[in-house]
Amino acid sequence: MKFFFDLSYRYKIPIWGSVLIIVPAFMVSALLITSAYDDLKHEVIAGSENLARTLSRSLFGAMLHDDVWRAFQLVRSPLPRAGQGDAITMENLIVLDTNRRVYVSTAPADFPMLAEFAALGDEFRAVATRLDEAKQDEPLIVELPSSDRIYIMTPIAEDEARMGTLVLVHTKESFRSRFHAIAQRALFTTALILAVLLPINWYWARRTVVPLTQLADRAGQVAYRVPEDLAPEIYNYQDELGRLYQAFGLMIKALRDKERLEKEMIQSERLAAVGRLSAGIAHEINNPLAGMLVALDNFKRRGGADERTLKTASMIERGLTQIKETVAAMMVEARSASRNVSAQDMGDVQTLVAADARKKSVRLVFEGSPVDPIALPATPVRQILINLLLNAIQASDPGGEVACAIALDAGSLRIEIVNGGKPLPPERVEHLFEPFAGRSESGHGLGLWVTYQIAAQLGGRIQVESAHGLTHFVVTLPTGALA
Amino acid sequence: MRKLTTFLVLIALSVCVAAADEARRPLRVGLTPAFLHDQHRLLTYWRSHMELTLGRNVEFVVRDSYSETMDLLRLEKLDFAWICDYPYLRLKREVRLLAVPVYRGKPLYRSYIIVPATDNRSKSLDDLRGTVFAFADPYSNTGYLYPRYALTKRSADPNAFFGRTFFTWSHRGVVEAVATGLAQGGAVDSYVWDALAELRPELTGRTRIVERSPEFGFPPLVAHRSVSDADFRAMQRMLLDMPSSPHGAEILRQFRLDGFVEGSPKLYDGVAAMMRAFGEQ
Repeated sequence: MKFFFDLSYRYKIPIWGSVLIIVPAFMVSALLITSAYDDLKHEVIAGSENLARTLSRSLFGAMLHDDVWRAFQLVRSPLPRAGQGDAITMENLIVLDTNRRVYVSTAPADFPMLAEFAALGDEFRAVATRLDEAKQDEPLIVELPSSDRIYIMTPIAEDEARMGTLVLVHTKESFRSRFHAIAQRALFTTALILAVLLPINWYWARRTVVPLTQLADRAGQVAYRVPEDLAPEIYNYQDELGRLYQAFGLMIKALRDKERLEKEMIQSERLAAVGRLSAGIAHEINNPLAGMLVALDNFKRRGGADERTLKTASMIERGLTQIKETVAAMMVEARSASRNVSAQDMGDVQTLVAADARKKSVRLVFEGSPVDPIALPATPVRQILINLLLNAIQASDPGGEVACAIALDAGSLRIEIVNGGKPLPPERVEHLFEPFAGRSESGHGLGLWVTYQIAAQLGGRIQVESAHGLTHFVVTLPTGALA
Repeated sequence: MRKLTTFLVLIALSVCVAAADEARRPLRVGLTPAFLHDQHRLLTYWRSHMELTLGRNVEFVVRDSYSETMDLLRLEKLDFAWICDYPYLRLKREVRLLAVPVYRGKPLYRSYIIVPATDNRSKSLDDLRGTVFAFADPYSNTGYLYPRYALTKRSADPNAFFGRTFFTWSHRGVVEAVATGLAQGGAVDSYVWDALAELRPELTGRTRIVERSPEFGFPPLVAHRSVSDADFRAMQRMLLDMPSSPHGAEILRQFRLDGFVEGSPKLYDGVAAMMRAFGEQ
């Protein structure tokens, strides 16, 4: 039994539905068939009783005159002629006299005249014992359990004068064939109903079960990961299941948003830590470095050193200068006092990146350049724009397009830069803003890190999305009071 | 005087009307199961032939037992009747012989003792002791008188010989009773059995003739003695002339008869002898 309850609804609902259809269908048809059988039997018996009453009245006269031939013709008349096979037929009509001997019968060969009724066989002996129970106008129906026949016995009597008994013999076989026809029709109808209902049941069950199984599958995934989206076209109705389906869809969406936020938060915290660490290191390096450069400079200016020593000092100075430049690049200082960014800065940026774009045959599209000054320092904003645009131009294929949209809305500046170059694989997106992540022949890989640090220092954030052949960089910077 | 004349004229008129009535009154012909009297189409045909030939309306009065027809004759409800030879002798005082049918060249027929075809044991009437036996009619010669007479000739008591007897009131009924097995034996008119053998061979096929009686005078057509000579002669002439008219010949063919002869009461002496054996007449 547990096995059945453990079964998937995919099987359980159609099976259960089918059982609920098949069992009542067969019960109803069985009931109809049984009642048809009873009706048929009742009809046969009622018809026979009427016949017996009428016939016994006529037979009384014939027997009173001892007219065997007339009695014979009377009992023979209700028997159907050959070829009327459909009618309910009587097997025999037997007229017994008061001595329970055969007076006439429709089958003289089996029931010859003068034969003792009880002597004709065991069945008739049993029937004969009940002959006296038959009352006038109330035929007695005798059915023996061992027999296939029904006996309907009517006294042939008038005013207490009894001439004998009329016995009508029916075989159940005769109405069994008609019953079979009825039963066959009933079963055929049942089969027809089932043929219509069962496929409807299976279809409906499937419609219900498919979303359920999908829900169950997805719910099972929740423990390990954010499940895939549900297919909305499978069940878009407003019943309980439909609502559950929709709610589950919303839950998946919420889970996905939450996961993304968590990821972003971890990333920004990591980047902030890296930023603090690198800035600290840069400061620590910068101070002794400045001392060393001043010392070298003094050393060179003092003179007196031989050629070889000067050459070495010069080499050390170049190395230290390189370290200084690198460290300087890592020391992002966005909070320095600066003027507000204006439309002119945007124009400058366009001019500055135009040469690179031309070199790579990349078309630049700018839109939404702000007219009024914006309460953001000009230098870091320019740096962000130039960095991202150059980056985009570099990522673009020759002949491609880079779009830059700048918009100002409710307390923030939104810069979106789109390029159609090679998409960024997700694992790169994850580490994109880390220092030296994008190291290549053309750069030291600090550009995006610096951009991120600037944006972070300005209280904004950068998002990257690479999908459908386009890579979007979206920078959101909260605006403050105008400087 | 004038009144008297008128009165006489009225009387004369009423006599004329009565005479005319007499002429218009249909001739009544009684028919019995001495032949296959339920061939209704043939009877209609015969009646119209009679009416055309006689120029009179003819009424057929069909009864299913001899005694009813005999009663009607006695009561003068019939002018003519086709009855069995035995009733003819019983009614000899009331009727006179009109014509005798000619069957297979002779005005004679006989009695057959038949048993069911399933009985292949019985060879004659003697083997039917204690059985159920079907008679045609108590006033039938071949269907009652002869078999009883035959039993007395064989020193058997006809009232005790059979286990049970009954009447079927027609010769056809005897054949049916024996064919269905209701009776184990029966006595039947040879003319009826032969006709049935042609019309319903499946019925007679279920019976078997075990004994044939000597020949007797054929069931005759009789006229009540009250019938006028003119009517008697007209009817007799019509019957005797039947073979010479196409209609009449066709009717005779369907009756399986050759024609009619005047016949003589002597034809029935054999029947009379049997009747005497039972103390009748």
